[in-house]
Amino acid sequence: MIAEAGLAALWLAASMALLQLIAGLTLLRDGAGQLVPLIKPAAYVQGALSTFAFFALMWLFYDTDLSVLLVANNSHIDKPLIFKLAGTWGNHEGSMLLWVAVLSVSGAAIAFFEKRIDTKTLYATLSVQGFIALGFFAFLLFASNPFERLLPAPIEGAGLNPLLQDVGLAFHPPTLYMGYVGLSVAFSFAVGALLTNQVGPAFARAMRPWVLAAWIFLTIGIAAGSYWAYYELGWGGWWFWDPVENASLMPWLAATALLHSASVLATRNALRAWTIMLALVAFAMSMAGTFLVRSGILTSVHAFAVDPERGAFILALMLMYTGLAFVIFALRIGTVKQGEPFQLVSREGGIVANNILLSVILAVVLIGTLYPLAAEAMGDKISVGPPYFNKATVPVMVLLMLALLIGPMLRWRRDELIRIRYWLIGAAAILLLGAIVAWQLAPDIGLFPLLGIAFSLALAVAAWLPLRGRKLLRTPLPVFGMVIAHFGIAVSVFGMAAESGFSSETLTALAPGENAKVAGWEVKLNDVNPIAGDNWVAVEGDMIAAKNGNQFALHPQSRHFFTPPMQTSEAALLTRWNGQLYAVIAQPDQEGDGRWQVRLWWKPFVTFIWYGALLIAFGGAISLFGRMFRRTKKPTRNRWQS
Amino acid sequence: MKPKHQRLVLALIAVVALVGAGLIAASALREEASYFYTPTTLAAANVAPGKAIRLGGMVQEGSIVRGADGVSITFIVQDQERSQKVAYRGITPDLFVEGSGVVADGRLVPGRVFVADSLLAKHDENYVPKELADIDMSAAAHTKDTLVP
Repeated sequence: MIAEAGLAALWLAASMALLQLIAGLTLLRDGAGQLVPLIKPAAYVQGALSTFAFFALMWLFYDTDLSVLLVANNSHIDKPLIFKLAGTWGNHEGSMLLWVAVLSVSGAAIAFFEKRIDTKTLYATLSVQGFIALGFFAFLLFASNPFERLLPAPIEGAGLNPLLQDVGLAFHPPTLYMGYVGLSVAFSFAVGALLTNQVGPAFARAMRPWVLAAWIFLTIGIAAGSYWAYYELGWGGWWFWDPVENASLMPWLAATALLHSASVLATRNALRAWTIMLALVAFAMSMAGTFLVRSGILTSVHAFAVDPERGAFILALMLMYTGLAFVIFALRIGTVKQGEPFQLVSREGGIVANNILLSVILAVVLIGTLYPLAAEAMGDKISVGPPYFNKATVPVMVLLMLALLIGPMLRWRRDELIRIRYWLIGAAAILLLGAIVAWQLAPDIGLFPLLGIAFSLALAVAAWLPLRGRKLLRTPLPVFGMVIAHFGIAVSVFGMAAESGFSSETLTALAPGENAKVAGWEVKLNDVNPIAGDNWVAVEGDMIAAKNGNQFALHPQSRHFFTPPMQTSEAALLTRWNGQLYAVIAQPDQEGDGRWQVRLWWKPFVTFIWYGALLIAFGGAISLFGRMFRRTKKPTRNRWQS
Repeated sequence: MKPKHQRLVLALIAVVALVGAGLIAASALREEASYFYTPTTLAAANVAPGKAIRLGGMVQEGSIVRGADGVSITFIVQDQERSQKVAYRGITPDLFVEGSGVVADGRLVPGRVFVADSLLAKHDENYVPKELADIDMSAAAHTKDTLVP
């Protein structure tokens, strides 16, 4: 009964989306129409119905109603409650329903809260939003119905992929989806503003909180995904350039660029066409991300849901939306007047450099991700892995760091490098000193980690300089947000460089009672014990790690799940302020001589990677809070000027 | 820079940057993309030692030999016609067993041994390494339904 109600709600919500689209079209054709006043109410109703459908599905998972095909395929009566609930979106159909529900609620929120843009642009934006939602409702209803019944109902259910039975991962996909959906809202604003000739600061201010929110969610989602891969896969790495990871990185890169150019448009009324283009690209990337992950077209260490038909459906949606958007862009961009001019050496110039370098990285990642698909269509099987991505992106990232050392110090509109000469000399000195120290510590560190250390040190200083000479209590929150986010980048890059430059590893087989050494740590394997959880059994290593007289217990596990049958490694992590000791235990040596394979890493400052990412997201949150709070106050002019 | 040319200049910079990105990507791809081989295609191809490639096939029954250090193994990957010896040092992936499919990343060393840096075995229930999907899985002794831990 609940399943049928959920399905009915989906159909009704789809009809609301259709109503929004038709009303918007009449508005654009005639400038008015009887349906036009219905656009806002339709957005509210659509949001409520989609939310209802999502919670209906969640109830079915909570109840473990095995007569619903999706529940039977992805849940199990023995599963812990949190994973039963997470099962709602831990599968293809449920995750697409979540996508649409968030999209619909965003549409309702725009309809309710947005007061900065004129009514016509708002209606056009809501219509575009309805149009996007319509495509995804069609996808749900015709190609991935989450409420399909199964007769006869099975007794216990198939279970959720054990790799996904992890609290962190339970909240990983929804976080990324929030980001993708936020970018779809930015896209709707961009197309709405293009259609009604309102590309200007007001549109940028309306769009900016959505981009900011999307970007915060993407940042958190990527960081969480990276940490998950780090401890759950047991391979010791934190970024594999896996297609699924790239699918979340590409929208992030586009959103980062968009965030900066939207700021220029909002405060300086420049980079108009540029910002619109980035909004379209950011949405195209989030659609591409959804397509890559959901179609199963890619080889991936953590790809789930494999179905070519659905892939074709999402591909068709992606091509339709982005194709139409680019056609509208081409037809209407002539009407967008050029914004305020600026000199190349200026804050705007720095942000253009940021945008271009991010776009270059995005293009390189996109090519590397799609090239194997193109090659396969030609009959070649190739794979493109970390060597390609590191080689092609890291040099551009170094340039980006260089731009970040200079750009935020420049004034808007026009400036001279000579004005900031003391900082330029200081930055060069920090870079040189950092490189020499890193090289002294580890002569074989490699060029990229060396540059990473040097630049992160310089950036850690540079990030705070925009606050110099300001009265801190009167500094707007977004400036603090920028400073914290840029400092977060320094922290994160430092962690990445230290981990890749200074990690040490020991791989050995130990019998109980034996020792292994890694980077000054002595790790003793006391014993190996069998243990059992709710739906798994495991062998657990009982280890003691000792250094400088301090002793710590480590308990790495190798787990075996029953439904479905599969094994996972649970790495044991010992976190110190200056790094992590990472221990993995494998299944017993099959020779039967009583030894266990053990892999140990000492990873200096590896945690900084994720602390930095949290700082970046926190900076974004402060900025977002400042933007939403500031609306009630009188805007101050030239807020950015120091 | 004259104000009215600003948009043109920016557009040109963007085009140059994107062409640059394409060139960077093309040159890195030429050097770093690794091709996929089965033992049969590897035998036919003239692959330089040291070039990064991937090798996929079935782990031959009875071919896994473990080294005295407990962490080195050698095994033989086979397809219907040929086989290739593989050496690997590390923790073998979950579900890496004789008779199952495997994809190895690595390179040939002189003596026609393939040294693997990483092994990808059948990862979960519903996932077969994509390169192996085209190979006749009926040659596998273990399939999804019969795989025993």
